[in-house]
Amino acid sequence: MKLPGNGSLMTPPSLTKPGPAATDMAGRRPLWREDFSVHAAEDNYVLRRQFTKFLTLTSAGMLAGNIWIFLRSLFDWPHRQYPQTTVARSSEIAAGGVKLFRYPTENDPCILVRTRAGKLVAYSQKCTHLSCAVYYSAANNRLECPCHEGYFAIETGRVLQGPPPRPLPRIELEQRGEEIVAVGIPAGEHGA
Amino acid sequence: MKALPGPVRARRRTAIDAALALVVILLMTQMWLLTATLESYLGGHRDAALAGMIVSGILFLACFGLYQLVIRLDRAPEPEAEPHGLGPWQI
Ligand code: FES
Repeated sequence: MKLPGNGSLMTPPSLTKPGPAATDMAGRRPLWREDFSVHAAEDNYVLRRQFTKFLTLTSAGMLAGNIWIFLRSLFDWPHRQYPQTTVARSSEIAAGGVKLFRYPTENDPCILVRTRAGKLVAYSQKCTHLSCAVYYSAANNRLECPCHEGYFAIETGRVLQGPPPRPLPRIELEQRGEEIVAVGIPAGEHGA
Repeated sequence: MKALPGPVRARRRTAIDAALALVVILLMTQMWLLTATLESYLGGHRDAALAGMIVSGILFLACFGLYQLVIRLDRAPEPEAEPHGLGPWQI
């Protein structure tokens, strides 16, 4: 069908392939191209380039994360100095008893337990899965996390069951007369 | 941007798509590496931090190189003719 003026109506070729089909059989640009000056093929290039740029920047972010972990491992640990804090009196806790305290900072909840065998042990109270507070189950003689049923051995803090990926960080204790003093966290057990 | 002839454009886009796919794969590896390094650092394996950083750096450089390739392919001038049917790496 002939259109008014010098254009002709033809089926638009694929917008992504403007090459040879950009002209009609007589070598003229079809009229619809002037009316719809959408350059989809060029847009595709730009989109891909921008997406690649975005991914590359994300990759730089990941690298920054790895550098941060490395710097932390250099400066934060294992040279860290821990305070010596009296957390309880020996007579306060009977066998199977528990006392909560905070160590080494006010933001680090910990749990002190006297096991059935009479041994004193202390751990960070933050579950190594998603940081829920663990509690001592005297009936099962283990530390239990109520969130996803992660269980930890009372003697060592190792994972007995559930999703926690690491043992509970242990708090080193010293008995000084009547006082139970927290003196540090063993290297490599500084937790989340 | 000037429109390229169909075959050249198609080849360039294939190369760009391949680069993009590679970047995606590298990025996924890097994500896994970051979480694995963090996990082992928190678990007390200090050596993993240095190794993780080095490998992550290599992966980033690979991503950056592929990004440069995409830019070069994108900005390459239109060839006059293609007598040998050369690929986009020749431009
Ligand atoms: S938070 Fe403790 S098991 Fe998930």
